[in-house]
Amino acid sequence: MERHRSWIGRSRAGTIGLVFGPALFLGIFFILPVTQLLIRGLGDGGGAAFIDTLTSPTIRSAAWFTLWQAVASTLLTVVVAMPLTAVLANVSFRGRRLVNALVTVPFVLPTVVVAGAFLATSEQLGLTTGTFALNRSVFAIIVAHVFFNVAVVVRTVGGYWSQLSRDDEHAARVLGATALGAFFQITFRRLRPSLLAASFLVFFFTFTSFGVVLILGGARQRTIETEIFRYAINRTDFSTAAVLSVVQLVVVVLLVAANLRLRGRLSSGDRIGKRLRPARTTVGAAVVWTTIIVTLGLLAVPIAALVEQSLRNGNGYGFANYAALSDRPPFLTVTPRRAVLNSVGFSCVAALLATVMGGWASFAIAYGSRRWSRLLDTAYLLPLGTSAVTLGFGVLITFDSSWYDIRQTWVIIPLTQALIGVPFVTRAMVPVLRAIDPKLREAAASMGATPGRIRRDIDLPIARRALAIGAGFAFAISLGEFGATSFVGRRPEFMTVPLAIGRLLSQPGDLLRGQAMALSVILMVLTTAVLMMVDRADGSVL
Amino acid sequence: MKTMTNRSFRTGALLALVALIAAACGSSTADTAAESECFADPGLRAVEAADDLTALDGTTITLATHDSFALSEGTLEAFTAETGITVEQVAVGDAGQLVSQSVLTAGEPTADVLFGIDNSFLCRGLDAGLFTPYVSSGLGTVPDDLQLDPFNRVTPIDFGDVCVNYWTDALPGTAPETLDDLLDPVNAGQFVTENPETSSPGFAFLLATIARFGEDGWEDYWTSLVDNGLSVTAGWNDAYYGEFTAGGGERAIVTSYASSPPAEFLFADPPVEAPPTGVLFDSCFRQIEFAGILAGTEHPDAAAALIDFMLGSTFQEDVPLNMFVYPANSEAELPDAFIDFGPLADDPLIIDPAEIEANRDDWTERWNAIVLG
Repeated sequence: MERHRSWIGRSRAGTIGLVFGPALFLGIFFILPVTQLLIRGLGDGGGAAFIDTLTSPTIRSAAWFTLWQAVASTLLTVVVAMPLTAVLANVSFRGRRLVNALVTVPFVLPTVVVAGAFLATSEQLGLTTGTFALNRSVFAIIVAHVFFNVAVVVRTVGGYWSQLSRDDEHAARVLGATALGAFFQITFRRLRPSLLAASFLVFFFTFTSFGVVLILGGARQRTIETEIFRYAINRTDFSTAAVLSVVQLVVVVLLVAANLRLRGRLSSGDRIGKRLRPARTTVGAAVVWTTIIVTLGLLAVPIAALVEQSLRNGNGYGFANYAALSDRPPFLTVTPRRAVLNSVGFSCVAALLATVMGGWASFAIAYGSRRWSRLLDTAYLLPLGTSAVTLGFGVLITFDSSWYDIRQTWVIIPLTQALIGVPFVTRAMVPVLRAIDPKLREAAASMGATPGRIRRDIDLPIARRALAIGAGFAFAISLGEFGATSFVGRRPEFMTVPLAIGRLLSQPGDLLRGQAMALSVILMVLTTAVLMMVDRADGSVL
Repeated sequence: MKTMTNRSFRTGALLALVALIAAACGSSTADTAAESECFADPGLRAVEAADDLTALDGTTITLATHDSFALSEGTLEAFTAETGITVEQVAVGDAGQLVSQSVLTAGEPTADVLFGIDNSFLCRGLDAGLFTPYVSSGLGTVPDDLQLDPFNRVTPIDFGDVCVNYWTDALPGTAPETLDDLLDPVNAGQFVTENPETSSPGFAFLLATIARFGEDGWEDYWTSLVDNGLSVTAGWNDAYYGEFTAGGGERAIVTSYASSPPAEFLFADPPVEAPPTGVLFDSCFRQIEFAGILAGTEHPDAAAALIDFMLGSTFQEDVPLNMFVYPANSEAELPDAFIDFGPLADDPLIIDPAEIEANRDDWTERWNAIVLG
């Protein structure tokens, strides 16, 4: 591992070139605003606020709950996602791309809509009381977290898995190992770095989850994130909010450091990049389809409820709610159709930014000097583990001079969203880059290729699938993003779909509700279509 | 003997009452101290309305609002046509987010005019020195009880009531008429309201009970509500569409707005003759929304002109059907649905904004202990 790092990032100039862009981007749009806010918050009586906050029993129990529900949600997500990941990474079948895209649909659905669907489902299934109640319980929070995050495991781990060479596993089978034995002895071990990377992404998402905790947890469950909101917004108590943000950041940094250590130990010198096509099926078709149907079935229950509601209107079923989207209803500043165009536009820009910055950062992390690599890797996870309040308010007080006042331009929306997309790109790409067979590069170098040429002609094509995964996520995150966007001042004409849905659902009236459901379905269809396009782009290259 | 006992009992009761009143006065003195801070003379010079609007031609100002702000197309353009001033509207989260971000940027505002601070947050904004006083020429049309700030740092623009609503056909008994009716065993398990810490109508309903039952009685009332099967959700949507009859829920009574029945009528699918819901007027808490010129603006004259416009009939008559609130200008004409199905409470519950600001955290903490404990 050290070998290829030193091979390309040997010179100081090389390291600076690799690190410069991603570091600057993160520095300006994340570290600077968050630091400003923390300084402001802790400025007056910060020390006392620290002690008060950290000794408060409510906050301690909120911190403990935040941590354990995130761990439980992450583990359950991995367990639920693994069978489908295995199928999608190893078996080629008709509709594979569609399944791959459908899994990601929950990712873009607004929490308020999904929570509504969960509550409705829980009533139909009679799961309204007891430990496994799907409303107002910790169980409901965890199940919703699994629903939202299965895609993270399926796509990040699957992307890596599908490119792993299967020679070793075959060899083990030939030598007499059972299929299961070969899997655990060889494949699982090799998957661990990417599994760990995906788990961290899921962990940070559930660690800072806001709407799910608030709505499905009932009023009783509190997390650090909901407490930050409570102090900053309800109480205008910025010093307590800042202390809580520091606590959040410290936990994130500690975990990322642990992750790096673990990963260092796990590096197994995998070789990929020899034959990059999905392996042929070794599992029975029945097992494959059962896995697909069961997993998609679990994801589909709330989604089906949404589709049904979007088609239901006063006269039975039909497309009236969809037709109504081209008229501006009261309380909305633009027509819902315009909101759809806005969302798509912002998401494209955010995805592009995240892919460029994430791709660049991935090379820096994979090949830069060890110190820079670790620093960048850690730093880019921070936005995921940071409260939307902290980031939103930070941006507000940082970019306040007229010449760089971007607070009210549209640029700020995709910029903040791209911050959250970048770690998805790097988490998918870095394991792939690190596993590229160095012989390929050495061969190219010995034939006179420059490092830039090697990156372009060898690394990029091999990592393209990972890049596509990251781009897809960045797009999906941006499409469904609500928190940070709502803190950034927006011109009315920049209204996005999640904001429009929120507004439509804040007044009585079946017409408005029907339109909100129709908009949610459009979000799902858009995501599926875009992800299928991204996946195809990847397929045609390899 | 018996009379004696009675008499001494009465005397004792009288003494106790006096003591109570004294105690109440004591606490209300404390409240007055807080009030005097919020509504004390800020010693600020008011903005004067510009004599000559043509001088402002070509100015662009920014209006910061919450996400619920909406107008018909052309309303703000009418202002531009009248004055030559262009208005850029910027929306920031909900009312709580709007106020807290304005406090964070006090003195270096992101906008020139703010719309959407209500009476429950008013003193937080005034204490932070957010606004510059301005006496709008349109104030004459605004009823006195809406004009809360004696120094005109903010101007009332609209108002509405947060009230308990019920789904008429789903009620197990007769329609509730008082807050005490919600404690009736016949309504057991029927009422759902919102968490005051995460929802603006939820907080308004808590204030309603404090206004109705007083500092000494509201906690008992909530204990009884809990005993009668109260349910609490995080936000309005989870209550109205999650647990209330409207979304297929099991509960027939919910905290919503006085303007919810007109909305149920206007956006019914299929259309209905009359709204399916009714309002418990005894429970209504009045919410007043204000606009103010943000201190630190570079365009106080243009901002003042916008405030005048916001009190004028064009703006005021556009407000009801876009935001489902009532215009502050008493001369503005109301839409039919509001006249037919959206009456307001005759005698809404109110609490002085200074008292709200001084006690907010204490009240919500105590509410937490009783309801979520």
